[in-house]
Amino acid sequence: MSTSKVIQFVVIMTAGVALTLALLSTSWKEQSKLNEAIFNKRAILGAVSDYLNEDPKVMSEEEVLDIFSSKVQQIALDMNGNIMEKEDIIKAGYKGGQPENIDMAKEKKKPEAERIFPLYVFNSDKGKSYILSVRGNGLWDEIWGNIALKDDLNTIAGAAFDHKAETPGLGAEIKDNPTFPSRFKGKKIFTEEGTYVSVDVKKAGGTAGNPYAVDGISGATVTANGVAEMLERGIKYYLPYLNKQVAAQKTKG
Amino acid sequence: MSESTLTTTEENIKVEKEPLFGKTEKKLLLDPLGDTNPITIQVLGICSALAVTSLVYPSVVMAIAVVFVTGFSSLITSLVRNKIPKQVRMIVQLVIIATLVTIVELTLRRFNYPIYKQLSVYIGLIITNCIVMGRLEAYSMANRPWRAFVDGLGNGIGYGVILIMVAVIREIFGKGTLFAGSPIQINIIGASNAEIGYLINTAAESGIGSWFAGYTNNNLMVLPAAAMFIIGVLIWIQRSYRPTLVDVS
Repeated sequence: MSTSKVIQFVVIMTAGVALTLALLSTSWKEQSKLNEAIFNKRAILGAVSDYLNEDPKVMSEEEVLDIFSSKVQQIALDMNGNIMEKEDIIKAGYKGGQPENIDMAKEKKKPEAERIFPLYVFNSDKGKSYILSVRGNGLWDEIWGNIALKDDLNTIAGAAFDHKAETPGLGAEIKDNPTFPSRFKGKKIFTEEGTYVSVDVKKAGGTAGNPYAVDGISGATVTANGVAEMLERGIKYYLPYLNKQVAAQKTKG
Repeated sequence: MSESTLTTTEENIKVEKEPLFGKTEKKLLLDPLGDTNPITIQVLGICSALAVTSLVYPSVVMAIAVVFVTGFSSLITSLVRNKIPKQVRMIVQLVIIATLVTIVELTLRRFNYPIYKQLSVYIGLIITNCIVMGRLEAYSMANRPWRAFVDGLGNGIGYGVILIMVAVIREIFGKGTLFAGSPIQINIIGASNAEIGYLINTAAESGIGSWFAGYTNNNLMVLPAAAMFIIGVLIWIQRSYRPTLVDVS
């Protein structure tokens, strides 16, 4: 077959394939984006599953969206703990302009001074909780999670973690085994004097009665250390805001 | 021009003579389930078979995706087989496969986002699955569309069946569940830490289940290495039943 025929065939084929896929992709874009948003919202609600009537993993999509629009107030914070305006979020690279559009993976790559963070304030019958998003490194790849603080901005109300490629049965237990995130409930991130200490993940079996540490997972030391470091660093980014809130609460009280 | 008219008339006559689903088609569809199985006999497509089989639900989705891709890529390739320039044969096949895989990916993202997240790169990697390209080269390029389609389906199913067999074994012994993550999740031996207390309690009441409650999840089963052992054992079993297969590969 002559070269021009070959080129003709290739051009027609490429155009046809490109057209089909582009059409399919654009016509499903809206729904795909919505799916992704629901997926992320489910993960965020996972941190406050105690305050919900139903496990967010099995909740219907409508309910997730409903809870998020009626009970969750979302704000975006910069490194100094200031609440950001919509324009500033768009300027930071998120077209949607909503705090929920913030991609923690992108933020992790930015220089520290330019990072911004989403904060979700969840109002339920059982009280207010603040959900912080954190991201760090496990053994093989990134790990991330959401930590809910109680109204006192000190006690942890719940946590949910996820990972990209931790070892199944070992590191992956931070997500798969519901007992691991539940160990964080009731732990505190500030000492009684108000110094920030975060929550450490220690060797299993030595943390009974210690409000600043939880048991790790045997065989997954690196992932557990990664979780501890992620929390230590991730919550620190929210400290300017948290301190302001605590100060405000004190003057009120 | 006259050549192609000639083949079409020939084909028409043959189609009239043979039933739509005759002996050849049956053989094409069923052989890959046994004697020419892509995984256990040809040992193709092992990468994804090791990686996605830790849970049954993603394996089922993966199997359906591969059946779709092998079936339709064979069909499309066979339809255009006489028009494909020889110089770019393989690239054309790859484009056909990649298009279908992208369609699968978009569909999953649209209709089942969690499973799309879970399977992540392995859907995209169907493109490089040797089974698909192998069937296009070996069969579709030289056969009529309907038979090529059946052959593609058969090989996809042959792959899927092994995938699901391995996944069932791995999930039961590794997690104690079946279809975890799907709406019809079943707890078989509920040794997950959250349920162990509950199981011990119910075991005392009913008298059964104490053995199950004592079972600890086998972490090896969750690791990809377990899939290799299981596939190895499957190959062993199949070849001991059919000694004729031993010399084939």
